Amino acid sequence: MVRKIRNGTVIDHISAGNALNVLKILGIKGSEGYRVAIVMNVESKKLGLKDIVKVEGRELAPKEVNMIALIAPKATINIIRDYKVVKKVRVKLPRIIDGIVKCSNPNCITNRPREHVKPRFKVVSEEPLILQCLYCERYTTREDVVKQFKQL
Amino acid sequence: MFKGRDVISILDFTKEDLITLFKEAREMEKHAKSRINILQGKVLALAFFEPSTRTMFSFQTAMLRLGGSVLVFSEVEKTSIAKGENLGDTIRMLDSYANAIVIRHRIEGAASYAAEIAESPVINAGDGTHHHPTQAMIDYYTIWREKGDIEGLTLGVLGDLKYGRAASSFILASTIFKPKKLYLISPQELRVKPEIREFLEEHNVKYVETQNLKEVLGELDVLYVTRIQKERFPDLAEYEKVKGSYRVTSNILKYAKKDLMILHPLPRVEEISFDVDATRHAYYFKQASYGVPVRMALLKLILSGD
Repeated sequence: MVRKIRNGTVIDHISAGNALNVLKILGIKGSEGYRVAIVMNVESKKLGLKDIVKVEGRELAPKEVNMIALIAPKATINIIRDYKVVKKVRVKLPRIIDGIVKCSNPNCITNRPREHVKPRFKVVSEEPLILQCLYCERYTTREDVVKQFKQL
Repeated sequence: MFKGRDVISILDFTKEDLITLFKEAREMEKHAKSRINILQGKVLALAFFEPSTRTMFSFQTAMLRLGGSVLVFSEVEKTSIAKGENLGDTIRMLDSYANAIVIRHRIEGAASYAAEIAESPVINAGDGTHHHPTQAMIDYYTIWREKGDIEGLTLGVLGDLKYGRAASSFILASTIFKPKKLYLISPQELRVKPEIREFLEEHNVKYVETQNLKEVLGELDVLYVTRIQKERFPDLAEYEKVKGSYRVTSNILKYAKKDLMILHPLPRVEEISFDVDATRHAYYFKQASYGVPVRMALLKLILSGD
C-alpha cells in the first residue's frame, strides 16, 4: 500500500485508529519537512487491525517514541537503513511520565492554568495502563488518556 | 529526623517517627496552657485558603505557646489573591517572610506544589479531598495516649470515605500502625477511593468494607466517625441521596464494647447525636484538645530539631 522507506523509522503494531494520536505524541505536524506515511486499519496477525506510521529521513530515539506506549502498548519501532531493519524495539514507558498526559482529576493542582505546574505521573501498571499523579495521587487510565488525545 | 521536613502526607512518616512525635506531644501537654520559649524569633505563616476553626487556631496557639509568632491569612478576599495572585507567587512571598508555612487549600496537590516552591518546611493542613496528615497525627495520638498500643485493636471508620480527607489520612495511617482489623463503614456511594483500597492491600492491612455499622460495632475498639463533605460533592443531588444515611446514637451504642472509643475530627453535623456526648465512649472533644500539644510537638521538631 505504501512503499518501503530507505532510511528512517517505521512504527508498527499501533492499535487501530491511533496513528494520528501517535503523531500528536511525537509532535509531528507535517510542517517539519520530512516525508511521513500513515497507514490505518490494515490487517495484522497479532492485533486483528493495526496502524503504521513511517517517517522517512529521521531515526527516532527510543526516548522520543516510548510515550507511544500510553495509547499503543504493543507498538514496535523499526529503524531502517538502506531499506533494511537494523534495529527493532518494543515501546516501553519510563517509570515517570513528565507532561503529555493531563491528570484525570479536575481538582488537581496540575489542572489549574494559572499555576504552571507540569503534570507528573508514576506508572503503576502498563497493562492495563494506570498512572498515578505525583501531586494529587489520583489514577489516570488509558481510557482517560485516549479521551484527552481526542480532544486535542 | 524531623528538622526542616515537609509534612505533606501521613505516609511521609514511619511508626518510629510518629512515636517520637507522640512522646514529644505528651511532654508538650504540660505546656498546653503556658508558654515556653523554644521557638522565640521564629515565624509561622498560616495560609488558609479554605475555612478552618480547629486546625488554624490550634496551629496558632501551638506556635504562640512555643514563643514564636504567626502570620495568618484566612480571608482570601483581603489578600492579593483577590487581585488574581496565584498560589505559586503567594507561597514564594510567604517563604521569604516565614520559617515554616502551614497551608490549607481546596485544590488537591496544592501542598506538594507549595513544598516544591518553598525552601522553608511546608505543612499540609488539608488539600481538597486528599490528605490531612496532622489530623491523623492527632487521631492516632489520642488512641496511643488513651489505649496504648494500636496493633491489637480493631478500628472502624464510618462515613464519607470518598471525599473526607481526614478519613483518608486516618485509613492510610493504618498501614503504619497495623491494627488487628479495619472496618470501612460507609454508604455504597461514599466508599473509599480505589487508590486507597489498593494501598491497603499492598500493605497487608486486613480490612472489610460494609454498610452496616450495627453488624460490626461489637467488634470495634475505636470508631472514627466523619461528616459527609457536602462542599466537595460535584453534584448536590448526589449529596441529597446520602444525606443523613448514618448516625451514631446512644441507642445503637448498646451493641458496643464497654471501652469503645468514639473519635471525630469535627466539625460534626448530624452523624453523632448529642446524647452520645455524655457517654463514656465520647473522646472527640479530648481528641480536639490534643490538637495543640501534637502541633506544638510537630513545630518544635521541625523548627528546632529532635
